[in-house]
Amino acid sequence: MRRAIILTSAILLATIVLAPVVWLAILSVSSTTDIYTVPLHWLPAEFDLSRYGRLLSPDQSGHTSPFLLALRNSLIVGVGGTALALMAAGLAAWHISRSHKGEGFVHAMVATYMLPQTVMALPIYVMLSATGLLNNPVGLALVYLGFLVPFTTWLLKTGFDGVPRELDDAGRVDGLGRFGVLIRIAIPLARASIATAALFALLMAWDEFFYALLFTSNAAAKTVTVAIVDFTSGRISDYGLVAAAGVVAAVPPVAIGFLLQKNLISGLMAGGVKG
Amino acid sequence: MTAGVLLLRRDAGRAAFYLGPTILILAVAVGGPLVFTLGISFTSASFLGTLKDLSFVGLGNYVEIAGSPQFQRAFFVTLKFVAFTVAVEMLLGLGAGLLLAEQFPGRTLLRVLLVIPWAIPTVVSAITWRLIYAPDFGVLNALLQQLGLIDEYRSWLGDPLLALYAIGIADIWKNFPIVALIVLAALQTVPQELYDAAYVDGAGVFHRFKAVTFPHILGPLMVALVLRTIDTVKVFDIIWVMTRGGPFSSTKSMSMLVYERTFSNLEAGSGSAISFIITLICIAFIVVYVRLLRRQGS
Amino acid sequence: MRRYLITLAAGLSLLLAAAGAQLALADTVPLNVLVMSDTAYSDKDVSAMTADFNAANPGINAKVDFVPYAGLRDRILLSQGSEGAYDVVLIDVIWLAEFVKRGLVVDVTDRVDSGLRAQIFEGAWKTADFNGKLFGFPWLVDSKFLYYNKKMLSDAGFSAPPATWDEFNAQAKALKDKGIVKYPVVWNWGQNEEIVCDFAFLLAAEGGQFFAADGTPAFQQEAGKKVLEYMHDQIASGLGNPSSREYAAEDGRRAFLSGEAAFSFNWQYVYALSKNPDESKVVGQVGIAPVPAGPGGPAGTSVNGSMALSLTTTSKHPDEAWKYITFMTSKPLQDKFAKAVLPVWVASYSDPAVVAGQEELAKAAEPNFKNMVLRPVIADYVPMSNALQEGIQAVLYDKADPKSVLDDIANTVGKQ
Repeated sequence: MRRAIILTSAILLATIVLAPVVWLAILSVSSTTDIYTVPLHWLPAEFDLSRYGRLLSPDQSGHTSPFLLALRNSLIVGVGGTALALMAAGLAAWHISRSHKGEGFVHAMVATYMLPQTVMALPIYVMLSATGLLNNPVGLALVYLGFLVPFTTWLLKTGFDGVPRELDDAGRVDGLGRFGVLIRIAIPLARASIATAALFALLMAWDEFFYALLFTSNAAAKTVTVAIVDFTSGRISDYGLVAAAGVVAAVPPVAIGFLLQKNLISGLMAGGVKG
Repeated sequence: MTAGVLLLRRDAGRAAFYLGPTILILAVAVGGPLVFTLGISFTSASFLGTLKDLSFVGLGNYVEIAGSPQFQRAFFVTLKFVAFTVAVEMLLGLGAGLLLAEQFPGRTLLRVLLVIPWAIPTVVSAITWRLIYAPDFGVLNALLQQLGLIDEYRSWLGDPLLALYAIGIADIWKNFPIVALIVLAALQTVPQELYDAAYVDGAGVFHRFKAVTFPHILGPLMVALVLRTIDTVKVFDIIWVMTRGGPFSSTKSMSMLVYERTFSNLEAGSGSAISFIITLICIAFIVVYVRLLRRQGS
Repeated sequence: MRRYLITLAAGLSLLLAAAGAQLALADTVPLNVLVMSDTAYSDKDVSAMTADFNAANPGINAKVDFVPYAGLRDRILLSQGSEGAYDVVLIDVIWLAEFVKRGLVVDVTDRVDSGLRAQIFEGAWKTADFNGKLFGFPWLVDSKFLYYNKKMLSDAGFSAPPATWDEFNAQAKALKDKGIVKYPVVWNWGQNEEIVCDFAFLLAAEGGQFFAADGTPAFQQEAGKKVLEYMHDQIASGLGNPSSREYAAEDGRRAFLSGEAAFSFNWQYVYALSKNPDESKVVGQVGIAPVPAGPGGPAGTSVNGSMALSLTTTSKHPDEAWKYITFMTSKPLQDKFAKAVLPVWVASYSDPAVVAGQEELAKAAEPNFKNMVLRPVIADYVPMSNALQEGIQAVLYDKADPKSVLDDIANTVGKQ
């Protein structure tokens, strides 16, 4: 009996998790008539892959597809922001890990990450405007550091905590200073944590919408989240195209998520949720 | 110079080197803006590129907001949304976490699949659910009609009574996995001996849960509750994409009101005040979060 | 240390390269244009027009960004902080006063040949003319038309669309009583600008106005109250589709083109769509007429929904941008692309080549474009519109009564 409940629940859970995504994928390959037929045909008669082509091919005036540009922008902001965040966070995390009064600081930082974006948006807009960094992926990446750094610092500190102090001493014997120990011993050993932190940061940057909405305007700087929302307002003639855009925008972060999933639990264990 | 002073100097220098970049980033991207917004909230500033017409109004904005029906509406919208989604997320997440702790074929696969809603960008999830709720062709309408539960296709996001909860369901779908994974992580720390002892004592399933399981996961559950609450109080993205605050402002959360006041109506002073109120609410919960963590850490 | 610095350098150079690519040395002048993605001209057509422009002007490279109407104003405002984000923007007639006051658009009176004035509908000029100075060039002239289902009307015994509001109400009632259609009228009364558009032309038809000559609010007087009561009754009586309270332009036209209503008030673009079998189930049954006449105005007393292309004050290439605007608004180009939308040039309406296939639209357009009324030309229009949207919806959902709603808004708006 118990077995039956468990199996049914498992199937139910799987359905809940997968159904919306599967529907999105199906929509993206259904023809418009199939979409609007009532009662609905659950699977389209034909699979129409043309929308993916349309999304990524140049527009009528010969310019690169705006959606492709948006993907590029998200990539720049994500990779650039992650790289810079890791560098700042790596330093801070190492110091906090090795000196004995870091716990409070880390918690304070993580608290800043929980503050609402709405309260910081206007001053940041003014700053970006004054420095000419509005409507620019570089500017956006710098803004993202505000929440990428606290989070990655927290993750990296946990990772560095896992590097035994005896190795520090061994390194010191070999003539390395604290910075040398970081570079030559800690970072290689904490590779996994660094990778996890990087992937988390990428995920967070890719997902971000509010700041991107405010600080980027034209196609040269818009990220994929803003581009996709532009697609979906106003007059929509082809919902399948909207669905296709959704699928394309979701693939990178879901891939990252799959890479991360093992570390999600261990990360949660060691970090802010102690069990 | 004594060795002590030199040591101090070196320590300070070292701290500056390691912590400097991070502190600088936080000061410029978080601390500074927070203070700036607080300052603006006491003025009648207007927004456009740069700020103009600054005149000091003291607590005037806050007074106006407290009495304004739009803010009161937005406050209750946020409250309802938080209560509904966090409660259901926690329950669903708890159930899913408990389920995944059991042994059954495909368990690992299911755990991996759980990542999808969590990893998918919020705006994509919002779009997906908007398509599900679509009045003309949405899958929800199709399903309900083919099951005989409704006669005609209807609009879900257009109904002032239902829209907020419809969005809530989408938000729950997106966020319950993280709760489930937190529960799962916590469950894995429960020592098996305790279960064995309870089993030997003749305790049934529910009793085992109450006596052994629940105490161990209560801590992480509380933390998850607070984290999800803080996150949901700020809600903007999902509502923006699904209904933009309509219909009849029934889904206009406080964050959306901030956007409207500051960037649409260009009333920076008023918008800043509202955003600061949201911040105070978040800070209250953050304090709770930090206390919970400290208690667990000891 | 070395590896660290190398990684740092790599990360920074990636960012800088990306930034550099943006400001790439081009020997062409880049123009950034912001246009609505759901104008009557399709995105494809606007891109094609832009391609024509670039071909005719080898030294200029114009790129168009499409943004839905709901985000257009915000995008214009937010892009003000960055120089050169946009050189040309499409503005709605209701934002003109605000943009002029905030210094977002350039005074181009001297660039426009005064001889052109008479060649374009005066109503279209209203979207660029502020206190006698021009801040753009009209690109789109539009207003709300009365769309009707010819078959349903003839089934009910009506051979012509209603010419007055009394006839309109009578026909709607007859259609419902005879069981020809459940909800004869579909309105676009969701919480958006459309609901204020409808309020505007209903107010004008009733003989009311938004503001008196001295600037005091007048919309809360008798005429305004009557209009709100009428709107409420439309839903309450079942003549208007109750879902109208959730509809924007697209939803309303979808309902109408699916054959769910006999009457709909909507913009030009619906006419071409009605003949497209992919979008319309009532191909060949759709008629278009000017808005009915009322005690306050003749037939065609509709609402002005025109739009202009304007030069932004943050543009770094005003001359090239003006070239683009001139090209996009020129008669030959507009005539060429007049498939779903009519030009702003008066002469085109009597040109059979241009009007081919849209004679009914052109015929209905003349009274509409001559008699359409403006919504309030004030700098703070948007907050007032937001308040009206919420207030009217409150009435439609039986949460408030017309008098208190209008009085409240009048008090908040104050003298203009």
